[in-house]
Amino acid sequence: MRFSSKAVAGLMLAGLATTSLAACGSSDKGSASGDFCGKNIAFLGALSGDAGALGQNMVNGINLALKEYNAKNADCKISLKKFDSQGDPAKAPALATQIINDDSIFGLIGPGFSGESLATGKTFFEAGLPSISPSATADAITQSGWTTWHRVIGNNDTQGKAGVSYLTGTIGAKKVFVVDDGQDYSKGLAATVKKALGSNMVDSDQISVGDTNMSAVVQAVKASGADAVYYAGYYTEAGLLVKQLRQGGFKGTYMSGDGSEDPHFVQVAGPQAAEGAILTAPAGPAPKSFDATGLYATQAYDASNIFLAAVEKGVKTEKDLNDFIGSYTGEGVSGPIAFDDKGDIKQTTIYAYFVKDGKLQVNTPKAIS
Amino acid sequence: MHFDKLFGSLDGFLSYTTGGLVFGAIYALVALGYTMVYGVLQLINFAHSEVFMFGTFAVAWVFVLLHGTDGVTWSLGKALPILLAALIAAMVVSGLVALLLERVAYRPLLKKNAPKLIALISAIGASFALSEAMGLRDHFASWFGLDDNLADYVSPGGARDVYSNPVTIEPTPLFSIGGYQVTDVDLVVVIAAILMMVALDQFVRRTRFGRGIRAVAQDPESASLMGVNSQRVIQGTFLIGGLMAGAAATLYMMKIGSTRQNAGFILGVKAFTAAVMGGIGNLRGALLGGLVLGVMENWGSAVFGAQWKDVVAFVLLVLVLLLRPSGLLGEALGKARA
Repeated sequence: MRFSSKAVAGLMLAGLATTSLAACGSSDKGSASGDFCGKNIAFLGALSGDAGALGQNMVNGINLALKEYNAKNADCKISLKKFDSQGDPAKAPALATQIINDDSIFGLIGPGFSGESLATGKTFFEAGLPSISPSATADAITQSGWTTWHRVIGNNDTQGKAGVSYLTGTIGAKKVFVVDDGQDYSKGLAATVKKALGSNMVDSDQISVGDTNMSAVVQAVKASGADAVYYAGYYTEAGLLVKQLRQGGFKGTYMSGDGSEDPHFVQVAGPQAAEGAILTAPAGPAPKSFDATGLYATQAYDASNIFLAAVEKGVKTEKDLNDFIGSYTGEGVSGPIAFDDKGDIKQTTIYAYFVKDGKLQVNTPKAIS
Repeated sequence: MHFDKLFGSLDGFLSYTTGGLVFGAIYALVALGYTMVYGVLQLINFAHSEVFMFGTFAVAWVFVLLHGTDGVTWSLGKALPILLAALIAAMVVSGLVALLLERVAYRPLLKKNAPKLIALISAIGASFALSEAMGLRDHFASWFGLDDNLADYVSPGGARDVYSNPVTIEPTPLFSIGGYQVTDVDLVVVIAAILMMVALDQFVRRTRFGRGIRAVAQDPESASLMGVNSQRVIQGTFLIGGLMAGAAATLYMMKIGSTRQNAGFILGVKAFTAAVMGGIGNLRGALLGGLVLGVMENWGSAVFGAQWKDVVAFVLLVLVLLLRPSGLLGEALGKARA
């Protein structure tokens, strides 16, 4: 009887595969490290586009955590797969499908922003993929019952209330004009701010992303006699708005939230118009020894370390991983970390960052709650 | 709806109107490019917004080159020397991009007598290609090993991020109309737009080349029989549109101060709207359309809220076209009398 060479090769391959599988199985049982060795965590967020700088900050934090971990665990390396959503809720769902269909991915850092989190939360939840967002702050996300969704950052509710108490309390603003850009994050933050302001809100308006002509809003602000403006949105429009407000003769306080807390804000506005602006964020400055810069870098670093701690502990399934995250308590570089049953971080501090001497003072914020 | 915001006081009304006029002037300058090309070729050059976008970057780059990346605030007078250099650079860059467009995306199609629709699709394709090329400029730089040398010309956050002129031009308030502080920058923007429109109008009406443009616009075949080099006329038309876009880009950067790879898109759509509203192919119509659009946007923002601005602008366009399908002034370039 003669076997064709192809059949022989096929049989041999099959045999090899069986033995290697068996070997793999047995070695896994013996090893202290889990099934996630050699696999990836994914990052989903804006790496380019209008707020791309923020996503780059997060990747810096993740890379730092991975570098430290991989240096210690050469036999169980974890890598990062990046997915650039440009922060766009319309682009994120397709990437989310890619992520859940990629068997080499066991956990997700992100999504970066609130809009994309709301657009993809159900997909990740149904696939059972645990995620930790370093930066998505909309209240609605953790009210959706997606038990695989966590965040290591305070939500809009906390941030908005803290911002308002600083504006009306410390600054003494009586007539605040609220502007937002209509995105999920911004609308949510603006709603909290409006509610917290109560009768101190004099009027409100909404612009669109990509707008450059704010002269109508400037007129409305001036006509309302406001002594402060609160803007909910991201740094490009925030910068343009304060620039045109100052050029239009507005002298009051300008405050915005964490979407604007980036040095780009000062670049867009110009040093003179940005001077004195207050930008709040549920994130403090990184410790001096921390080797990655930018807003959310510490949160991304901490989020990565939770996943890596699970890998080190030998967690084997995504379900166990999710339970591990849920019951995790630890001290991160961004602050103490523990999650409530919804996935919100239990303890958070809101910081106010100031633009002074033509620069955003990223290292000397003031804790305001 | 807040009609009281707009009509409640004369001050409010005047300030919304003046603010709109300033932006309308920028729309008008970009609209000139759409209208010129349409007048001659009956072709909507959708890539014109990218011609403008390249101009905005040229302005910022000249400032980085001559001043550096140090963020400062200067008055208009102090920034003037660099601004003039930037104006020339922006006109040259936009003019070259427009010529390139004509050479790559139109001429081959015109030579083959392709239907107008094909040229339109080619224009849309060129628009994306130019915008993406700007968004990937960091990659181009790294191909040639220049990423370190050119880092200042990309952007700290990457090529797709917002790119700001390091020199912020601080406008000096001159007088106020209603509640609107008219600044030197505003005045320069509006006067420059009107002057350029008048100059262009006179150029088309009175010069030999202008007569060529009108001849080709009326009847390309007869024009070439009469000895008009229609290819040169078409090139010239693209070039003029590009130069105007470069000037508009300089005014835009004076007023706004930052740009990005997709900055042309919304502005281009608005300028195109302005051109159609004024009567596409009509130079005076482009100016009128731009100013009307700018003002209506601001009025709409006041009455309905700023998020309704674009809705108001486009509803207005539909209404104008329903009542006057050829636009407000409705006369084609070829029919203008010398």
